[in-house]
Amino acid sequence: MEALKITNLCKDFKDFKLDNLNLTLPSGCIIGLIGENGAGKSTTIKLILDMIKKDSGNIMIFGKNNQEFLKLNKEDIGVVLDEIGISGCLTAKEIGKIMKYSFNKWEDETFNNYLSKLNIPMDKMFKDFSRGMKMKLQIAIALSHQAKLLILDEPTSGLDPVIRDEVINIFNEFTRDENHSILISSHIVSDLEKLCDYIAFLHKGKLLLFEEKDVLFEKYGIIHVTPYELRQINKKAIIGKKESVYGTELIVKRDSIPSGFEINPISIEELFVFMAKENI
Amino acid sequence: MKIYINNKSGIPIYDQIYSQIKNSIITGELQENYPLPSIRNLAKDLRISVITTKRAYDELEKEGFIYTVPSKGCFVAPKNIELIREENLKKIEKYIEEIKKLAHLCNLSKEDIIEMINLLEEN
Repeated sequence: MEALKITNLCKDFKDFKLDNLNLTLPSGCIIGLIGENGAGKSTTIKLILDMIKKDSGNIMIFGKNNQEFLKLNKEDIGVVLDEIGISGCLTAKEIGKIMKYSFNKWEDETFNNYLSKLNIPMDKMFKDFSRGMKMKLQIAIALSHQAKLLILDEPTSGLDPVIRDEVINIFNEFTRDENHSILISSHIVSDLEKLCDYIAFLHKGKLLLFEEKDVLFEKYGIIHVTPYELRQINKKAIIGKKESVYGTELIVKRDSIPSGFEINPISIEELFVFMAKENI
Repeated sequence: MKIYINNKSGIPIYDQIYSQIKNSIITGELQENYPLPSIRNLAKDLRISVITTKRAYDELEKEGFIYTVPSKGCFVAPKNIELIREENLKKIEKYIEEIKKLAHLCNLSKEDIIEMINLLEEN
């Protein structure tokens, strides 16, 4: 069963175009959407949630058309978005009460647990929350109504490294249930590297790459070569090059490198930065 | 059972899990019919991908080290003497390769190596 299936999705704004996006999220898995600012991550998420109208293409959530699904089963999706529509005069406690009447499957206990786990103050007004606190509150809400699919737009931005790790751990635990899936976007690549099963690179509205995370590590690597060695390497194996006086650093496809070269592992961040630069 | 994942080693993660579980089975640390953690739980505990963990288990099953009972999980297969012998032969071959390389560096002939083995045995 696929939690989410996007086929040929297009959306044209005047100055930006999301171009023919195809993504599949198998149930029980986590997809990370990586892209620089303005790459189309939030647009994709808004299209999935039907907050903006698509031009063409198809979005299926748990096998149903997204508009249809959202009409009947909105509760099955937990979201964290950039803007949060919560009145500034409410405290976390009061927000919990409102949510209780908004969601059929709301769990007070779960919510309170997350509030204390994430150190969210109970009696402080929402308008006095820091950006990180607002984010944490959204995460607590998203996880407290028995959602099966989490759609998270930059949920870790504005959080410090310790809390980020905590949050990543919570998401990791969430998918211990095989019916739970997550789509998460971020430009903090290291967070996604820790968490995801699949990685999707978005760049200027185009999907540059969509691959199992560990396959990326197995496919690509870094080698250091001298000009003489450089000539021995098949041009097709090289996908990136950084030259300095003391040698050349290459991002390469591992399988077409002659044996004898020491291939070092590459991080997703390096790979992404490189691919984005190449495709400017 | 101890499993240690090294992200910086460059060895594929599925391979690291596969060889560590395999070693625990061969050394007898994991006994026959011992229940292995479920794919999903192992993945979440190690904070690695579910797909990768599944690949390691598939590989172990293919080689006969573990077996799967539908809706129950994976278990350590009864010890297969042939299989373990095969594994050990592979290991010996690997060491011989190593010896050959070193011998070449020191300009030793095959006879010299055999001589060395004989000497060691006499002692």
